[in-house]
Amino acid sequence: MELEKFSYDNKIVRNFAYATMLWGLVGMLVGLWAALELAFPSFNLGISFTTFGRIRPLHTNAVIFAFVGNGIFMGVYYSLQRLCKARMFSDFLSSVHFWGWQLIIVSAALTLPLGFTTGKEYAELEWPIDIAIALIWVVFGINMFGTIIKRREKHIYVAIWFYIGTLVTVAVLHIVNSFELPVSFLKSYSLYAGVQDALVQWWYGHNAVAFFLTTPYLGLMYYFLPKAANRPVYSYRLSIVHFWALTFLYIWAGPHHLLYTALPDWAQSLGVAFSVMLIAPSWGGMVNGLLTLRGAWDKVREDIVLKFMVVAVTAYGMSTFEGPMLSLKNVNAIAHYTDWIVAHVHVGALGWNGFLTFGILYWLIPRMFRTQLYSQKMANWHFWVGTLGILFYAIPMYWAGFVQSLMWKEFTPEGLLKYQFLETVTRIRPMYVMRSLGGVFYLAGVIIMTYNLIATIRQGSLLENEEAEAAPLVKHAKQEKGEHWHRTLERRPVQFMVLSLVVILIGGVVELIPTFLIKSNVPTIASVKPYTPLELQGRDIYIREGCYTCHSQMIRPFRSETVRYGEYSKAGEFVYDHPFQWGSKRTGPDLHREGGKYPDSWHFNHMMDPTSMSPGSIMPTYTWLYDDVLDISSTPAKINAMRTLGVPYPAGYENIANTDLHKQAESITQNLAKEKIQIMSDKEIIALIAYLQRLGTDIKLSKVTTAGNK
Amino acid sequence: MNFSEYLQSISGVAIYPMFSLLVFVIFFIVLSIRVFRMKKEEIIELENMPLNDSITIENK
Repeated sequence: MELEKFSYDNKIVRNFAYATMLWGLVGMLVGLWAALELAFPSFNLGISFTTFGRIRPLHTNAVIFAFVGNGIFMGVYYSLQRLCKARMFSDFLSSVHFWGWQLIIVSAALTLPLGFTTGKEYAELEWPIDIAIALIWVVFGINMFGTIIKRREKHIYVAIWFYIGTLVTVAVLHIVNSFELPVSFLKSYSLYAGVQDALVQWWYGHNAVAFFLTTPYLGLMYYFLPKAANRPVYSYRLSIVHFWALTFLYIWAGPHHLLYTALPDWAQSLGVAFSVMLIAPSWGGMVNGLLTLRGAWDKVREDIVLKFMVVAVTAYGMSTFEGPMLSLKNVNAIAHYTDWIVAHVHVGALGWNGFLTFGILYWLIPRMFRTQLYSQKMANWHFWVGTLGILFYAIPMYWAGFVQSLMWKEFTPEGLLKYQFLETVTRIRPMYVMRSLGGVFYLAGVIIMTYNLIATIRQGSLLENEEAEAAPLVKHAKQEKGEHWHRTLERRPVQFMVLSLVVILIGGVVELIPTFLIKSNVPTIASVKPYTPLELQGRDIYIREGCYTCHSQMIRPFRSETVRYGEYSKAGEFVYDHPFQWGSKRTGPDLHREGGKYPDSWHFNHMMDPTSMSPGSIMPTYTWLYDDVLDISSTPAKINAMRTLGVPYPAGYENIANTDLHKQAESITQNLAKEKIQIMSDKEIIALIAYLQRLGTDIKLSKVTTAGNK
Repeated sequence: MNFSEYLQSISGVAIYPMFSLLVFVIFFIVLSIRVFRMKKEEIIELENMPLNDSITIENK
């Protein structure tokens, strides 16, 4: 058969590689900054744009979607072309994909520090950016499927299944979680409220880990690890089982982020069961990766690429063992809200995603630039400094998590809580300092790598279009006699996509539908009323400042929590919360029953300078709230939007909402005046105080549901 | 108040977990059987795909 001549597009791979390096540096630098803010609050700089609550979403979005995102595209664009023996479907679409994605990243880097956020973790970007992400994702999908369809190779290698699974699932997750009602150009409210919002968010949140940080990287592992080791994957059979088991199980696991919360019990148990099952395919994948090196372990000593990959696969194994353990209710009771979770995710992020990306970069750049790596020695330095960085990061965080959790739960013989919340924070501050040091090490490694790779690039020259030739694919319309059904499926990418879509939808539907359709799943509490206009505005300030990054609003039904914070949280209390603000980490105390705990003046002084009320506090100052005037022009639009979402504001209330707002603001100002605090009633701090004083008070007033529970 | 009481109010709620468990189990049994009955030569052909992709003309 005549061979067809064509060329692989290396330029687009190079572009994504550059973006991976650039955004990696930025994202990790911001991460280090955030870590320093926790250790030394003065790093918050006292200005709104750089406080932890705004920097932390910037860090998570940058490393997940910018660093890992570009890393995925780099690896996919390289391996897909070669596995399909075809150039990318369209150079134009490749280019649109690349520049579109970078534009999304830049707009995220601008909007997040400015305080434009949906307040949902890892999905903070506001609605116009959400739409852009969906569009660019579709471009990526068309380009990928176009390439698969015009391929010259009969079969579709397992790595590509992982890419297809990723493409489909991320699209579904992103779209379902991003249903939001725009209020203005950069402000929207989640379509879901309270418990439903939490369930959707963590269905998304966990699967962002699963299908953005894991499955595409497993695809890369199945391509680049055999490449680097120059031997086929240990067991191709295992990789098939690995793929289907992961796709099937992962989608159910989300609710393990909501154990002991107001989420219905059955959904929690479902999440736990599937999370525990996940250990099997995850370890199957890890073993498959490591055993690929069977008989080649001597190479690991020499080859820098393999060194990075071995640590990456090992880190994958560790975090996927830890994950199911953390989803057990008794372990979760200790670990949740603490730095243990931070340690867990960073073993995954720094070890698995980071090191695999570095390994691929060290393999890819010299090949594409037709040269040798500039310095093996530097790469070795990077490896050891990076490994040390992971250890210095993870160990103090585990320690901090254990210590703080035990301190939270310790009672004196008299039956009182032994420690104030603040004591548990000051105790672990040295660990925060150590963690920052780990970050410095890790970042130093990445800087060394960047220098090394730039030097490599300079001594070589890019092979923009790599010539190749292959025989065209003869169309097989029918299954060959005696052929395996899965191999038939492997030749049909579109059917393959549909099947994986069905697989993940079953999980999503069973998990989400019952809570959606059945109103009675969330018992309503008569005393729970919509927020007043001033409280609503205050709540939006709470969201804008990212308070949820450090404060939960979800008291679990444990004695240690009800004694410390008050009555545990009920599902019915959150029915007007668009979006929910349960949080996932308690760097500061839970705020669900904050209302009425302290006088207005306490909050006034505390937000101005937290250490004045709580000496040793690591909370940033929020001085701008005392200068900035609350924008009340948005009130009618916000009331209207909330009513559209089902919050029962009376008809026409939007026209008089600001009158009520002024009244409430005046009364808070007068309260403050009694304590000799002079402030104009139109400042943002007044709205925030109104919201904080409202938190959790609906149930306190009624007392009915609490009877018999205390 | 137990949430399972609300769950029981969904008509035919038992079908959800039963259905999904069934799909799940059947799929995996069928998959496993088929995967382990795959022929050795097929496997070798498939697993060598990443390694055989470089029929590219080596750069000078």
